[in-house]
Amino acid sequence: MTIRTAITVNGKDTSREVEARTLLVHYLREELGLTGTHIGCDTSNCGACTVLLDGEAAKSCTIFAAQIHDCHVTTIEGAAQADGSFSPMQEGFRQEHGLQCGYCTPGMIMASTALLTENPNPTEEEIRHALEGNLCRCTGYEMIVNAVRWAAENPNFTSGGVK
Amino acid sequence: MIPAQFDYVEATSVADAIRLLAEHGDEAKLLAGGHSLIPLMKLRLVTPATLIDVTHIKELSYIKEEGNNIVIGALTRHRDIEESDLVKKHLPLVAHVAGEVGDPQVRNRGTIGGSLVHGDPAADLPAAALATGATMVIAGKNGERRISAQDFFVDFLETDVQPGEILIAIEFPKHTDAGWAYEKFVRRAMDYSIVGVALQLGAKPGVALVNMSNKPHLAVSASQAIGKGAAIADVLAVINDNTNPPEDLNATVEYRQHLARVLTQRAFATASK
Repeated sequence: MTIRTAITVNGKDTSREVEARTLLVHYLREELGLTGTHIGCDTSNCGACTVLLDGEAAKSCTIFAAQIHDCHVTTIEGAAQADGSFSPMQEGFRQEHGLQCGYCTPGMIMASTALLTENPNPTEEEIRHALEGNLCRCTGYEMIVNAVRWAAENPNFTSGGVK
Repeated sequence: MIPAQFDYVEATSVADAIRLLAEHGDEAKLLAGGHSLIPLMKLRLVTPATLIDVTHIKELSYIKEEGNNIVIGALTRHRDIEESDLVKKHLPLVAHVAGEVGDPQVRNRGTIGGSLVHGDPAADLPAAALATGATMVIAGKNGERRISAQDFFVDFLETDVQPGEILIAIEFPKHTDAGWAYEKFVRRAMDYSIVGVALQLGAKPGVALVNMSNKPHLAVSASQAIGKGAAIADVLAVINDNTNPPEDLNATVEYRQHLARVLTQRAFATASK
């Protein structure tokens, strides 16, 4: 069976005829070409596929595209500011070197962005609790926590647009 | 991993869901938050012919006070329970346990009804429902019926919900100002419990064990002992009565029973703080 999607992704309305079993992460990557959202464990453990649904973090490997016709999806491609500047969170990961291989990074940034939306000034413990659903096998998490702290301390960051 | 093909239909109300269940028969499954069902479908351990999506039935997402009960709609998300002032006040154990399910992403999607009807002995919320003495409200074509949490869980991943029925609400008796604790033993933060203990003290005490049987397990003898004011040592002596824990890479049967005793003891210590 196929269904007709109606999903707003990064502010743009999208609609495709897809199989009902299409997972949101496959919809984003294969139908829309938004490959910034990664497939990691594919079992809703690792968090690499984390996107925002109406601003809340969710694992796109465990949601059918058919289920979400009434909310806004934000992926890492939609994380940057309107002028092209990195978001404070993206810049935080750059400043604090919150990544090595980068595989978990899109999910880390989306989960951390959701955290700061709800709690603009989290403690280290709150950051670690909020990221318990995101695994990183490189950094040992120290610099990821620092990156989130950087973003919390620089909420108005802008680089003045893409150079 | 991609699930097998299925037909997708969306229910707009409880009545609509019951009608669709009757229409599509035994091969249909209800889809709520999907965080138990979709992983099983991706592994093709479950291959429903039809998914009836109930995610959008707004009337089943609520938390309200009704006399001596707090009633939670089956489609209320873990996150909403975790953050509810009403639940935190009258059912602090339930609020806390909802916040222990999976990770934030899971709690943003997963629902209490979905977790309970999944009937996983390793899950958190069934233990909270058992320890607090909750009652399940189930709807079908012949109307509503109620069943205690203890009778609701039948076997591994099997509950008393019959074909054509849907769990619509959970009624929790209030446990305001009573001691409680949830001890969850895990290797990694978002894992399922190797063993867990949900302890509710007060006028209607109960203790339930996670991952200690083929179904979510109410420790009946231990709960009765607590009710009679038994010493903690006497509760610990019967905590493993009628348990049937699994043996796996994480733990042997003996180790799980040891953990059940230790965690129950810790639960008493935590609850008295």
